[in-house]
Amino acid sequence: MTGWSMLPLLAVMLPVLGMVLAPALGARGAERLTLALLPVGFALALGTAAAVQALGVPLVHHLGHWTPPLGLALGADGIGAAMLLTSTVVVAGVAVFARAGFGTSLGMPERRAAFAFWPLLLAIWGGLNLAVTARDLFTLYVALELLTFAAVPIVCLDGRRETLAAALRYLLFALLGSVLYLLGVALIYGAAGTLDIGLLAGRLAATPPVLVAAALMTAGLMAKTALLPLHLWLPPAHAGAPAAGSALLSALVVKGSFVILVRLWAGVLPPSPAAMQALAGCGAAAILLGGVAALAQTRLKLLVAYSTVAQIGYLVLMFPLLAVPGVAEKAWTGGVLQAVSHALAKSGMFLAVGLMTERLGHDRVADLAGASRVAPRPLLAFGLSALTLMGVPPSGGFAAKWLLLSTAIEAGQWWWGLVILTGGLLTGGYAYRVLSAALRAGPAAAAPLPHDSRDTVALGLALLALLLGMLPLASFGLLQIGRVGP
Amino acid sequence: MTADVYGLLGAVLTGLGLFGMLVRTEPLLRILAFNLLGGGVFLVLGAIARRGAGAGFAADPVPQAIILTGIVVAFAATTIAVALLLRLAARKDDA
Repeated sequence: MTGWSMLPLLAVMLPVLGMVLAPALGARGAERLTLALLPVGFALALGTAAAVQALGVPLVHHLGHWTPPLGLALGADGIGAAMLLTSTVVVAGVAVFARAGFGTSLGMPERRAAFAFWPLLLAIWGGLNLAVTARDLFTLYVALELLTFAAVPIVCLDGRRETLAAALRYLLFALLGSVLYLLGVALIYGAAGTLDIGLLAGRLAATPPVLVAAALMTAGLMAKTALLPLHLWLPPAHAGAPAAGSALLSALVVKGSFVILVRLWAGVLPPSPAAMQALAGCGAAAILLGGVAALAQTRLKLLVAYSTVAQIGYLVLMFPLLAVPGVAEKAWTGGVLQAVSHALAKSGMFLAVGLMTERLGHDRVADLAGASRVAPRPLLAFGLSALTLMGVPPSGGFAAKWLLLSTAIEAGQWWWGLVILTGGLLTGGYAYRVLSAALRAGPAAAAPLPHDSRDTVALGLALLALLLGMLPLASFGLLQIGRVGP
Repeated sequence: MTADVYGLLGAVLTGLGLFGMLVRTEPLLRILAFNLLGGGVFLVLGAIARRGAGAGFAADPVPQAIILTGIVVAFAATTIAVALLLRLAARKDDA
């Protein structure tokens, strides 16, 4: 244990402390505090990634110097460091974007929605950082609940009836998911007597209690990640939230439970090829049905929400490939890269859609004509994000999907390759629907376009997702650090 | 012996709660079913704690600590759910 191992702990503590302080400061104070914490959080995430890369081993910190099984461990491996960086970048983008909608400038009365938004933003940041760094199954449960409790109120910030109903539905799905996960944790504790991920590695045999626990935890995490068939809560919740909230929910919140699912099946639970095929089968169904549903949507925000359902499907395609020697390393990189590139692209896309909706006054896909005049930069951001979601080179999404596609074929599981290609076509289809409608000439824009810094945020996130594909990931091998498997 | 009885009771409660959450459509009933399900899980954890007794303790303290944290989390979840339900009901009365 070195001094560097404090970094992930600090990356979790920073937003959590901010979340506790923020409500006491009022809406304006909370906004300033959030903006002040962002550079510090970014430095901590970058420092964590650099330390993991330089040391070549996962950072592990034992809280209070109590070693597991008595104490709790917190740390960062390759996937943890990558997700810490992603969460910080997306939260920073959303925070800058949200200053227009939830900001309180001097002399303005404080509003309820603004007062609620900033602590919730910090809570999502802290919850996600905890979910990707905790090394203990019960701490992960707490992180999942923190994420849920912060995400649900974000859905219904505007207090409309539909969003309240969507938030309640989301909460009940999420609670069912977390209770199932907790029951699985109980059974694993009964079988192994510890919940530390490091100590559990390779210690669980495929006995009936462990298998039941595996099924319960997987189902619970599927509900939280909105993996088909447990995705029903996602479209109304993600489409109903304000643009900044949708970006957080789609980009980050669903990734927390995904990372936990990865940690469980790559290192804790006994390997089960049949379960992995079933899980990836759900992913394939999500890609195809989510893509078809997105094609059929008439509202822009719902279209983007169904696109999230489909993109979550790609994440789980890595699972059956992780057990195949020789390709596991590439499949792992592809899966993690899909999580990161989707986070960047989808946050950019939701922000862009929010701006288009705001300037057109509606979000009907059929009536988008003229959007290229009133919102050219958001439309460009939408298009660039769509490149990543489709998997067009040189985007991060291309690299992710290419790695998954080629490893599926190398592993002799070509059927996943077909699904990836079909999914790309469907994504191209719904992106084309939006772009072709938006590029039609509409009523001429009378006034010159005002400069809006939010355009830059949406465009920046979309560009980052695009540039991610140019990073020579294999050469630094950061993502492989701490990976368990062949 | 008692641990087995409580474990079985926990299983029954879990089953009842799960049935309620999956089959019922009224939000209030689903919130109550969630609490039943949570209670079942805590009983199972309690039975596991009793089975793991050793080193002079009547029960393994780790699952007991988990139960306490779990109860706090379940209580918070119930409050959020009920608050949402009340807001929703108030909106329905307006409409």
